[in-house]
Amino acid sequence: MLYPRIIPCLLVHKKGLYKTVRFKDHKYVGDPINAVKIFNEKEVDELIVLDIDATTHGSEPDYRMIENLAVECRMPLCYGGGIKTRAQAERIFGLGVEKIALSSIAVENPAVVPEIAERVGNQSVVVVIDVRKSSINGGYEICTHNGTKPTGKTPAEFAMAMEKSGCGEIVVNSVDQDGVMKGYDLNLIERIREVISIPITVLGGAGSLADIGAVIKQHGIIGAAAGSLFVFKGKYRAVLISYPNEFEKEMLFKKVFQTS
Amino acid sequence: MITIIDYGLGNIRAFVNLYERLNVQTKIARFPGDLNSATKLILPGVGAFDYAMTLLNQSGMREELERQVMQDGVPVLGICVGMQILAKSSEEGVLPGLEWIDGRVRLFDASKIPFKTRLPHMGWNTIKPVRENPLLDGLNEESRFYFLHSYYFECADETETIATAEYGLRYACAVNRKNVYGVQFHPEKSHANGIRLLHNFARL
Repeated sequence: MLYPRIIPCLLVHKKGLYKTVRFKDHKYVGDPINAVKIFNEKEVDELIVLDIDATTHGSEPDYRMIENLAVECRMPLCYGGGIKTRAQAERIFGLGVEKIALSSIAVENPAVVPEIAERVGNQSVVVVIDVRKSSINGGYEICTHNGTKPTGKTPAEFAMAMEKSGCGEIVVNSVDQDGVMKGYDLNLIERIREVISIPITVLGGAGSLADIGAVIKQHGIIGAAAGSLFVFKGKYRAVLISYPNEFEKEMLFKKVFQTS
Repeated sequence: MITIIDYGLGNIRAFVNLYERLNVQTKIARFPGDLNSATKLILPGVGAFDYAMTLLNQSGMREELERQVMQDGVPVLGICVGMQILAKSSEEGVLPGLEWIDGRVRLFDASKIPFKTRLPHMGWNTIKPVRENPLLDGLNEESRFYFLHSYYFECADETETIATAEYGLRYACAVNRKNVYGVQFHPEKSHANGIRLLHNFARL
């Protein structure tokens, strides 16, 4: 039986791990390698690491850091941040990453998606779309560069185009829900889920396992990713890495699948 | 000593690290000379079939590998696309595979997959051992592994399938013929179950 995936998402900023609220208010939460070691012990399903400086600073991906993460990681790793070319993508694969995430480049130069997919296989090419609520475009709009650059593109249409061009997974990241911990934007997820058949991972808003349960209940096999939920504890947001254990996961899936 | 073939694909260092923890010595092979005195081989892989074959052909190691595996009987474990290239051919590409196990690699029929998400087959799935095999020691129908692929291995000889997984159909997720082993999932990324399988391979 195939299981839904529950995925911690870590943001790299100034070589450390940070967590944001609505893509702002960066709070330091620790050292990347140390976090990976803890997530290894907790046997997480998968890990997403996004370098949020690389694209905005126009810099190359930090290959040394990526290699260190990949070596340490005993679960699948998806890396994103600053990838613009096939050569960069190939180099990152050579470091031992299972999936690479493209974001702004997929908007600016969609032709790079099939180019990379041809080399590394569709299954390993992930496109992350950062979405903001908008008064135009039927309510949602894709933005890039850490939420600062509106693109005028509609998430559902763009996701369809990405599926067509060979991307193997879409990560839907809600800027408005980021760090707020009040639940996913289920309406946004539904709109994208309806129009594509490649895997979706949702990010932005999870504040409890119940929030994850809600999205799994609605969509079954889906990736539910979260930042704050797995790095903060309590209302004062003390830094403490956590992740549901095997039993808690089983209980969550059971509850969801029995009542659905 | 386990020799891990570095032809430019797959997480070489993840294997080295895991085996280090198990106190098993490893060596990374990038050139034919590195394969001297290999006693076990791992053929990792992430990526597309033709790209994997191209890189392996370019590495210069293929001839020596064929000799060791086919003549000397050195055990080899292919992983993910490293398993798929053990076959004769793949619907993903046009290049011939290694033909170390008789079979071909086929694209999943998306219309038979009972989820909204169809391809790739991605995530944690349970395997079903269908034959006693030392590679699968200690693993059972509850054992979950991480999968990431859109093509699957179709054995010409069913008795060479040692475990299956379910994704729209039951297919071979682990194969074995004599000294040649292949697994579709990623043991190096599958926590305790993966470590167990890699340990089993080391003890063959």
